[in-house]
Amino acid sequence: MPVQEGIYGLLAEFDAPGPMVHATEVARAAGYRRMECYTPYPVEEAATALDVHRNRVPLMTLMGGIMGLTTAFLMQTWMSAISYPVNIAGRPLFSWPAFIIPAYEWTILFAGLSAAFSMLALNGLPQPYHPLFNAPNFRVGATDDKFFLCLEATDPKFDLVETRAFLDQFHAASVVEVDL
Amino acid sequence: MATKPLHDPYRQPVNDPMIDPVTGEFAVIAPGHNYTSVTRKISNVVLTSHTPLGWFFGLIVAGGIASLALVAITWLVLRGVGIWGVTIPGAWGFAIVNYDWWIGIGHAGTLISAILLLFKQSWRNSINRFAEAMTIFAVVCAGIFPVLHIGRPWLGYWLLPLPNTMNIWPQFRSPLCWDVFAVSTYATISVVFWYIGMIPDFGTFRDKAEMPFAKWFYGLLSLGWRGSTRHWMRYETASLLLAGLSTPLVLSVHTVISFDFAVAALPGWHTTVFPPYFVAGAIYSGFAMVLTLAIPIRKFYHMEDLVTMRHLDNMGKVMLGTGLIVAYGYGLEVFMAWYSASHWEFFMMWNRMFGPMGWGYWLLILFNIALPLGSLWWRKLRTQVWYLFTISIVINIGMWFERFVIVVTSLYRDFLPSSWGTYRATKWDYMLYIGTMGIFTTLFLLFVRFIPMIPMNEIKMMLPQTKLAGGLDAEETVEETA
Repeated sequence: MPVQEGIYGLLAEFDAPGPMVHATEVARAAGYRRMECYTPYPVEEAATALDVHRNRVPLMTLMGGIMGLTTAFLMQTWMSAISYPVNIAGRPLFSWPAFIIPAYEWTILFAGLSAAFSMLALNGLPQPYHPLFNAPNFRVGATDDKFFLCLEATDPKFDLVETRAFLDQFHAASVVEVDL
Repeated sequence: MATKPLHDPYRQPVNDPMIDPVTGEFAVIAPGHNYTSVTRKISNVVLTSHTPLGWFFGLIVAGGIASLALVAITWLVLRGVGIWGVTIPGAWGFAIVNYDWWIGIGHAGTLISAILLLFKQSWRNSINRFAEAMTIFAVVCAGIFPVLHIGRPWLGYWLLPLPNTMNIWPQFRSPLCWDVFAVSTYATISVVFWYIGMIPDFGTFRDKAEMPFAKWFYGLLSLGWRGSTRHWMRYETASLLLAGLSTPLVLSVHTVISFDFAVAALPGWHTTVFPPYFVAGAIYSGFAMVLTLAIPIRKFYHMEDLVTMRHLDNMGKVMLGTGLIVAYGYGLEVFMAWYSASHWEFFMMWNRMFGPMGWGYWLLILFNIALPLGSLWWRKLRTQVWYLFTISIVINIGMWFERFVIVVTSLYRDFLPSSWGTYRATKWDYMLYIGTMGIFTTLFLLFVRFIPMIPMNEIKMMLPQTKLAGGLDAEETVEETA
């Protein structure tokens, strides 16, 4: 990693999801946009507070499914009817009802792999390094029992002193600076 | 599943903290758990430096049994399938019986992880992970058999549509080819679904681990998971989509396997009841196997507070339901043998019941229908752990006999008496079958030791702490419960 100056953001730690969601809502109302919640399990209220509603995983899955269906169907048609046609007692070469079953399986295969890998890709995972892991308390609690709100330094409204004062009003367990 | 208050004095909410006083149902999670205690309880099994001696003992025994399979496979590769009891007409024998049995067992894992998720049966969360593990290990064991049964396992890749110098392709009109697609898709999607489900828990392990190797290992597996809300939302979407895709998949897999039989023109196989009857039988045996595994594990690792009587009771109910479908399948087979007015069908049924291998049929009726379906109706019995454990083993044996009866009795006496034969398994058949049980147990023991066997993040979503903590006054509530 190239050495970078400055900080990634301010990280507020909460003991319960409720206050974290409240802080997120207030921060959004105050005009902060570049922020994120970190929780040990999915908290839907946090997504609402962050105004995160849609994602592209379903679209990717649909495209994967269509791709699997056409790939398997065309592959079987080409192999059975064009590449190496075998005449078995005059039965039709393009026997599409039989091709439906492998095509069905590959629809699911491609769609499932698309769902899984598009989720990882859109999340930017795998990502072994992230500035948040520098925060002393993040790894203690973020995957266990603590709830975090991070206001990021790239936000135009971010100011180290003012933002810290802003976060202090929520009685968070702690507010720490996250080094880059 | 709300029920009336119970009349058993020992199961009254006053006497038993495991009963929810409001609904009268068994609790899904024992009272008193919070986020930290769940994390600690599950990660302590893995991140401890004191592996219980019983685990090593189990691994040695299971590994010893698994080595039987290695011996049997080695000898088979050296000598060919002639060492098995497969002959003409009984060409399928143990290989297909065991294949069917194992893959059927796997189906309950997908049912629990996918179908019950879609039905919002949140009690499934605690048994989800190891049921999925069971699926994958069962598919591993199942896959061994057809690959060896093709005779030249080193040419097994010929089953796949790969370009080759002879320019020939698989026969896509054959159910055996469909099987390759169905089972390979099933294995792939099961592994992906399982791994995706574990990423957040690996993140927890990465953060809780103290040994440098464990930190590195779980850090690698967690892919840098940090629990960001945007990540969680995509993760939840992907899980739901995978569940939605696994549901038709799991139903199709055993349907396709039943086509291996139903598409053939053999009496006893050529029937339309096979797909639903195979799927129900698969889930029946799979739930039995989940119980066979869950009961000793919850005892050994003291997980009674996370895998409660609620789970065992519900699994008993699912077994009762699917068992009834299986019983209907048996009944319909007999009915159709008579109603078809086909001489061959009629003889097949008579031979199945009273022929030289008739004992197999009656064992399956006893083990699959009479004993479990006669007793699982009673809540008193369904809540006896020892009884459920026994009955789960009984059902597993019964389901094995079902596959044996279907595969063998239809094959060894078909149309022409001059082409009749018999089937007798050899010691190599038994050795490989018992050996796969060892492989399965070995993999499972490694799983409980190195992987979070209960999904922590999903359990946390069900805690009372979470349910109460949604609102803005949550801080006080959490303090009260903590």
